[in-house]
Amino acid sequence: MTNRNRPGVGRRTVLKGAGAAAATAVAGFPFVSRAENKPIKIGMVTVQSGRVAMIGSSSSQGALMQIEKFNAAGGLGGRKIELIARDSKGKPDEAARLAREFVNSEGCDIIFDADTSAAGFAIQEVARELGVLTMHMTPETSSLTADPKLKAPTAFRAARQGIHDCIACADYAAKVSKAKKLKRWMGCSPDYAYGRDLNKLFFEYLKKFNPEVEVVGESWPKLFQPDYTEHLTKILQAKPHALFSALWGGDLTAFIDQGSIYNLFAQMEVFAVNTADYAIVTAVKNLPKGIHSSTRYLASYPKTEANAKWAAAYLARFKEHPLNWSWENDAGTQFVIEAMKKTNGVDSKKLAEAIAGMTIESPFGVNGKLTMRAEDHTLINYDNGWGQTISKEPFLPDVQPADWNMIFEHEKEWKKKNNYL
Amino acid sequence: MDLPALAECLISPSCIVTQTTSGLIIGLLLFMVAAGVSLIFGVLKVVNFAHGSFYMLGAYFAYTAYQVTGSYTAAVLAGGIGVAIFGLLFERLLIARVYGSPVLMQILVCYGVILILDDVVKLVWGADFLSFGMPETFQALPFLFAGGVIPVFYLFLIIVTLIIAALLGLLITRTRYGKIVRAAAVNPTMVSALGINTGVVYASVFVLGGLLAGLAGGLAAPVRSLTAGMGLSVVIESFIVTVIGGMGSVAGALVGSLLIGLVRSFGSIGFPLFTEGLMFLMMVIVLVLKPSGLFGKEGR
Repeated sequence: MTNRNRPGVGRRTVLKGAGAAAATAVAGFPFVSRAENKPIKIGMVTVQSGRVAMIGSSSSQGALMQIEKFNAAGGLGGRKIELIARDSKGKPDEAARLAREFVNSEGCDIIFDADTSAAGFAIQEVARELGVLTMHMTPETSSLTADPKLKAPTAFRAARQGIHDCIACADYAAKVSKAKKLKRWMGCSPDYAYGRDLNKLFFEYLKKFNPEVEVVGESWPKLFQPDYTEHLTKILQAKPHALFSALWGGDLTAFIDQGSIYNLFAQMEVFAVNTADYAIVTAVKNLPKGIHSSTRYLASYPKTEANAKWAAAYLARFKEHPLNWSWENDAGTQFVIEAMKKTNGVDSKKLAEAIAGMTIESPFGVNGKLTMRAEDHTLINYDNGWGQTISKEPFLPDVQPADWNMIFEHEKEWKKKNNYL
Repeated sequence: MDLPALAECLISPSCIVTQTTSGLIIGLLLFMVAAGVSLIFGVLKVVNFAHGSFYMLGAYFAYTAYQVTGSYTAAVLAGGIGVAIFGLLFERLLIARVYGSPVLMQILVCYGVILILDDVVKLVWGADFLSFGMPETFQALPFLFAGGVIPVFYLFLIIVTLIIAALLGLLITRTRYGKIVRAAAVNPTMVSALGINTGVVYASVFVLGGLLAGLAGGLAAPVRSLTAGMGLSVVIESFIVTVIGGMGSVAGALVGSLLIGLVRSFGSIGFPLFTEGLMFLMMVIVLVLKPSGLFGKEGR
């Protein structure tokens, strides 16, 4: 069978080559072929509609922070990156279709996954099937990279991971609960995979770190539920000393607004993991003082000049504050760009070999460094901490950083328990 | 299922007060939207799936008015009046053209409007969610009654929505306009033959429905996160209310809404994983035992 598209050496090619040689001889500049000028296409599968549309905007903006810098510096031997972002609406089948279309129809060299965890699993299968370099930059569900059965040689995760955050959260909460004698706990998380996983893991480790803790109740609002009244009153009735919540985005702001009128935040310690992010702290008009939260993203943490400069540059470029998804996408894109420079190309296999185990200089890492762990292709050493909110900058004034050695130790046990090791 | 917790709640005055208040507030806000859905269906036989979008627009209009004026009263009025005007335009320009068409055609028009309005909201107010913020007047500690907690803002909402419900009841049952609307629901041809312009009656029902949904959106805005598509869950619950209460019955909408509110409120304690299911179960039971709804008239 002949391949009609196979490049051959024809009369025109010879003429072009001769012309280029002549031009080089006359003008003294190197000839750059069309192939070399062809943009490097990256297809981003993301959510651009519905209540979580901010995943799409903050993710592509985060990626552009690196891409624009790379392109301005001349790209890869003149080849610039073109980012094409499409809306999967958070649907796994649509996400997989888009990822396939990016590679097969649009000639994308790389896939960026800035979608939900459910879509992330679907995209992982496309990465395995097509062997295309894929960077997951928003899915946080642990098994995506922790489960070796799901591993795809060319897929990586440059995002937080549930198990890492849960161990860090439980460690912090255990210390606070011991100091403040918080024994009666309650959970209120969204009723879907992410909320249930985080709630289960958090209480598992909290009880391990502080055996005196007792879980007196759980409440499961639906994702995107507009009214939390029945859950709030249920929590008030149970009179817990502390509440854990994995609510996020608009759900968390509604919960905080509605909880405030019940004076909930003065009656118990609230550990709402996703509060300290500009998506929440700038949206809630009357942010209660003293909510315990992880540092999703704030310009004030990591407390470094590099991070403050990055946040200011982002704000100046996009006229809005960066979110957690912004830094994850910036970091993931940086890994890919560094690998391109290292391999001088966009071959997925070579890029994957370069990224596995790579450490980059980044404002979001502990001591300014982020590592893509080789064994399970996941991001580690992102600077994560816990503290209590105030209603204005720096929003989380006193952050206690997570201890990554402690995280690694418990993560290993967790992996063994789940037969991941 | 946590029946011991429910039993414990039902013998505790504080739990009864807190959960009943919670049920009332959920139910009464829902009533404001469901009453419009029920009236429009009862009178015009139009399944207005876009009614949730009316509620959404009310919240966004109120948000903008609050940003401009800083007055919560002005915001709520802007939500109500803005959506009443929108309801008039919606009925005259779109729905009036599909009266008598198959129900699928009406649903298609409504669905198209839902999609368009969601995108319009994104274009005008942005794709990210917005938070209205609690007006200063209501930033007070909640009341304690028999050990139960009643937030000041919710007490205000309960009073306002009850007044609106009473006024609506009077309008429908005690005024000439109400008689015409009820007559139009039963026999529009006869109403028309008596020299009443049914087109105006139909439009006025949409205006009334829009006013109620817009007021609900504005009233609820301080405790909801505003986002495109926020009307969807409200419209689904409104249709459950309409089925339970009976098509076209304001009293039915009120009873159905309060039932849903109380089921959600007490259900979250006794059946934490089946609260949504309880609502649908209640709807199924009503459909089996009294298909026309609790307050619906048979054989309409």
